[in-house]
Parts: sequence; C-alpha cells; structure tokens
Amino acid sequence: MAYTFDNSRPIYQQIIDTIHGNIIRGEWPPGTKLPSVRALAVDFGVNPNTVSRTYSELERTGVLEMKRGQGTFVTESEATIQQLKQQLMHQRIKEFMNEMESLGMSKAEIRRGIDSYRKDDDHDNL
Amino acid sequence: MITFDGVTKKFLSRTALENVTIEIPAKGVTGVVGENGSGKSTLLKLAGGLLRPDKGTVAYNGQKVSRKDSSRIAYLSENDHIYAFFRIDELIDYQASQFLDFNKQRAYDMLSFMNLDPAQKIKTLSKGNRGRVKIVITLAREAELLLLDEPLSGLDPIVRRSIIQSLVSFVDVEAQGVLISTHEVSEMDPLLDRVLVLRQQHVLDLEDSEAIREQFGVDTAGWMEHIYARKGKV
Repeated sequence: MAYTFDNSRPIYQQIIDTIHGNIIRGEWPPGTKLPSVRALAVDFGVNPNTVSRTYSELERTGVLEMKRGQGTFVTESEATIQQLKQQLMHQRIKEFMNEMESLGMSKAEIRRGIDSYRKDDDHDNL
Repeated sequence: MITFDGVTKKFLSRTALENVTIEIPAKGVTGVVGENGSGKSTLLKLAGGLLRPDKGTVAYNGQKVSRKDSSRIAYLSENDHIYAFFRIDELIDYQASQFLDFNKQRAYDMLSFMNLDPAQKIKTLSKGNRGRVKIVITLAREAELLLLDEPLSGLDPIVRRSIIQSLVSFVDVEAQGVLISTHEVSEMDPLLDRVLVLRQQHVLDLEDSEAIREQFGVDTAGWMEHIYARKGKV
C-alpha cells in the first residue's frame, strides 16, 4: 500500500519492474502462486485493469504462467528467469553507460571510476 | 457507451455545459476533471438522467437516459444528502428498501473495512466518517453505472486514502462503469482507466491514462496543464 509511482512511465510497467525484482531476488521462487488481480490491485492502490494488463504482459514474455482455474504462477523455467536477470542487468548497465557518456566520460575513465568506487570501504561486497 | 450528442444545459441565463458531443466507454473508471464551474457536476447529473438537456441527447448503451434509470445508476452527490436522524444500520435498511440492487452484505463488509460502527448515529459522525458512509451506501449498490461527484472533496488524507482503497476493493471494473469528478487528480490517477477534461463548459479531451504516460511522459495532472495551455481558448 501507499506506493508512489513515477509520473513519467505507465503504471503497469512499474508494477512489472516490481514483480521482476521479486522474482530475480528469489522472494518469489519458480512456481510461486501470485496474488489475485484484485488483491494486488488493492496492495498497489491501482485499478484492477492495470494489474490485468501487467499479468497478461508478463504471461506474453513467459515470466508468468496462467493455469486455468488455478491462478497465475511464476514460471518453473530457470532458463527464463536467468534470461530475465541478464536482460535486466544489460538494461541497467546500458542506462548507466548512456548517462556517463552524456557527461563526456571515456570508457577508461568509467572503468577507473568503478574500480576506485569498489576500493572504498562500505562497498566491499559488490 | 455513455453518449452525449450536442448536449447543452442552461440554468436560467448561466450555461453549465455547451454543445458537448462525446462517447464515454460504459465500463471502467473515468475521471472527470476540470476547474470549478467547468461543468463536471452537470455532466454527471446528465449522464444519470437527473437533469434533462436543453439541447441534444444523452444515451446510455443506446437508450436515452431518464429519471427512471436511477434503478440501475447509482449517484453520490457532492452535498450531504443523508438523513441525520438515522443510525448507520437504519440508513442501510432504508437504502435497501429503496434500491433493488442494494447488497446489504456488501454494505456491512465495507463498514468493517472502514472501521465504522453500524450502531452509530449519522449526526454524531465526523465529516470524514460521513464521507465514508456516503461511499458505503453508494458502492453497496450493484449498479451498472456509478456516478461519484467529488467523493474526496474536503476530506483529510487518511479518509481520502480509505475511500480510494474501497473503490479498488469494491468496484468491479469489468462489469461496472464509474464516473468520478475530482480535483484530487494525482491521488485518483492510479485508479483511472481514462480521463475526461472539461474547461469552460466544453469537453477538451478524453484520453486513456496509461496512454498519457506512454505518449507524453507525464501523469494526468501534468497532461491537464498541457491540454489547458494548448486548448486554453475555447
């Protein structure tokens, strides 16, 4: 409850991001049954139609599976989840690189920046 | 579909709505937004057959609406219209006696959802709890169409949130249609399928709220500003 959404992107996409995160972190392991559309809509405080759209989009990409009469489940396919993880990592790195490049950083500078960031205490567990 | 075809409504010399032609999908949640005096309340009352247009026609699923449609259209007034001498449970019995589609079980489910005591007298309720009771007696009707005129107006953030939550929980967006007029555009935004913008007695636009974010990269409030600036002069 009390979710705040980014104004610049469709809400269903932001719910997709949240569900992707839950799956990749392992909070929702393969085969987990998802809440009903209504229940998730109440949790997020959004229109149930938005959650339906989220579920059907995730079914289309294979991340969720709808079983007739039983509900919606996280895919059992580890390969799909691994692929999702790689895809999200690639996407975030691309965003990061675009931002660095827009600041005029060269690849070498970025690499040195990452190395020195990792040497700073606190960030050891990267 | 709720179809307005060339609709004009006047109150004596004041024009409340002028030559409005628009088709609003009958299912899902439509936010009706716009500045004070732009015609939001009039549009809702016309949609429910509570007012008759001076010119043009208003139809619901192809049938011209009239006063009789109150048997299938529920209306929540922006004014306090509930009887102060009732207790909440008496008010529920009274509503159930007036409307065949009134679901008492649902009303009591909503009362407990909102932590309201059925034995309490209406006149001793706080303004916030009166706002909650009005929502309960409106949403307890299994009406095809719900017209909610400013359900959040003048209420504190906690009450507003509980009303929004109850809309998510108790409206069946696949079977029911809801028109909500509101100034609390940002708070209502995640609930809306689409937005109808009014200004100075005219409809400026009707747009899908997710499409607004997709196409313009802003929420409904931001889009409204954009529309007002672009189509400001009518």
